[in-house]
Amino acid sequence: MELLLSSAIGMMTAAGIYLILRRRSFAVVLGTTMLSYAINLFLFSTGRLVINQPPILQDGVTSYTDPIPQALVLTAIVISFGMTAVTVMMALGAFLEGGDDRVDMPRADREPGVSRGDAGEGR
Amino acid sequence: MNHILIAPVVLPAVMGALIILWMRADLLLQRVFSIAGTAALLGVALYLNWMASSGEVYVYRLGNWAAPFGIVLMLDRLAAMMVALTAALALAVQLYAFGSGWDRKGWHFHALWQFQLMGVCGAFLTGDAFNLFVFFEILLIASYGLMIHGGGPMRLRAGVQYIAYNLAGSTLFLAALGVLYAVTGTLNMADMAARVAVMPAEDTALLRTGAVLLMLVFAIKASLVPLHFWLPSTYANAPGPVAALFAVMTKVGVYAILRFYTLIFPQDTVIEGVVMDLLLPAALFTLAIGQIGILGTRNLGRLAAFAAIGSVGTLMIAVSQFTPQATTAAIYYIIHSTLAGAALFLVVDMVGARRGDLWLRLDGVMPGNGLIAALFFATAIAVVGMPPFSGFIGKLLVLDATRDAAAAPWIWGTVILSSLVAIYGMSRAGSLVFWKSYELQEVPVPVAAPAAPRRGPIPTKLEPDEHIQDLGDAASPALAASAVGLLLAGIVALTIFAGPVTRFAEATADQLYNPSIYLHAVLEGQEGTK
Repeated sequence: MELLLSSAIGMMTAAGIYLILRRRSFAVVLGTTMLSYAINLFLFSTGRLVINQPPILQDGVTSYTDPIPQALVLTAIVISFGMTAVTVMMALGAFLEGGDDRVDMPRADREPGVSRGDAGEGR
Repeated sequence: MNHILIAPVVLPAVMGALIILWMRADLLLQRVFSIAGTAALLGVALYLNWMASSGEVYVYRLGNWAAPFGIVLMLDRLAAMMVALTAALALAVQLYAFGSGWDRKGWHFHALWQFQLMGVCGAFLTGDAFNLFVFFEILLIASYGLMIHGGGPMRLRAGVQYIAYNLAGSTLFLAALGVLYAVTGTLNMADMAARVAVMPAEDTALLRTGAVLLMLVFAIKASLVPLHFWLPSTYANAPGPVAALFAVMTKVGVYAILRFYTLIFPQDTVIEGVVMDLLLPAALFTLAIGQIGILGTRNLGRLAAFAAIGSVGTLMIAVSQFTPQATTAAIYYIIHSTLAGAALFLVVDMVGARRGDLWLRLDGVMPGNGLIAALFFATAIAVVGMPPFSGFIGKLLVLDATRDAAAAPWIWGTVILSSLVAIYGMSRAGSLVFWKSYELQEVPVPVAAPAAPRRGPIPTKLEPDEHIQDLGDAASPALAASAVGLLLAGIVALTIFAGPVTRFAEATADQLYNPSIYLHAVLEGQEGTK
């Protein structure tokens, strides 16, 4: 159980880091999503792993799982979901206005008089 | 329990929501309500300062839940000061946004502005680590919207980069919080501090990991080298008033470092050698790279951005000492660098509005050259820390506070040499843009095309050439200039009243290094809570 969870977290983090280092914004969005999955699992595990136990008080139950990490994960899921939507919208906007979906800044951001393709000179 | 404590969070949230629901199409109404909201926020912040000046730490328990279980907001001197600084800055910069016409370049400027203020004030006031994360996300998501305000290919691209970098930072923040929760079993900052204090030294491996992870997160926010790469393109491509408001966002990172590493992590055992040894070199490199960037850049916007990085470097040198005297200097420098950095971004934006771009090259004399040159001159003096303005006093305080530090030669050498580089960089940029332009008198001054029909208060779709603010859009250049004047007046006041401000900063630093008041306020006297 511990091995399964920790290797899943590790693999998703590795995949996420590889993806956010890519040059195209699509891969970067996938990478941040992957990273947030890994982090959600990690947060879930911070309350210790227990199986088949309720998080909320019930009659006749003596041992519980920690409810706080579950609440944190819920918050984190909502936030990362919203953030992913914002990122996709911005990346789409940059792609439609700029003509390509690279995440690095073109030379025209640092040097004057450099053409940056057909979208006109940027500031 | 005093409900005014939550006003800096609730007021902008309600204002933002009202603006977005009821005033979507009416810019005038938006302006009135937005500026009234910010002014009220400033009033509340000043009242909170008055409250906090008694030296007491106030607690607001949300829903009246007992402390380690419910979320708390905390008001001490530092939090109150930061809220007041944010509100004052926002008010002045908002006037600039009206005057320059930036707020009608796209939709929802004022709503996003209010949500941004909500996030920043919340981050200063919260006493709960996870709640800090939530407020960070609020201020970030509002800043994404503000950063791409007005659109344009370069700005959108810089925005995507900014988001990607900060999403990675948020992920790291969650990881750090997870580690700290796993070790301490709590997320309330005061409770966490109490538990860390009694933790046996041999059990602190995970805690140290968490502390360093948190430091990385706050270093991203504060743009410490080597985690500063998001800042130059973001700030240089953001609209001028937005970049000016962002001057307080790097301070959120600095504030969080001050708060966490004075309150939670005891400096003698856990942190020494882990964080301290990392923080000072990073601060020195930040200062050096910021000031060299001022000299090396070919764009006025990036120049202002690198100046912001340099000011964070000076600030973090003082913070990394973790002594009351150095923290006093840091608090003074926080106020100064926020005002000066914001003023520089606004002046640069005024240049951009008149010249059409911000490249450091010879161009014709722009309209209002003399006034803007004077504003740039004053701001540059303040930013690089020359007398007579408060930057000089701030740097003196930092140097004085580090006199006995082991790394004093490094600190003094870096601060003084890098200031020289910055002075050279600023004067080169200023003379190229403002003075040498007179040598090119024969080039006709480009006038803003008056023939273009004026659109409605909020344009539905911007033409590609409208992404850069130009003078023709300015509702009132005089108002814009006086907003910069307000910030400069703040710097002058900070210089004249350096004595009282330093005494205030001293009291604030003393409070930070006596965390027992903070702990008692939260964890004791909880009768009547749920």
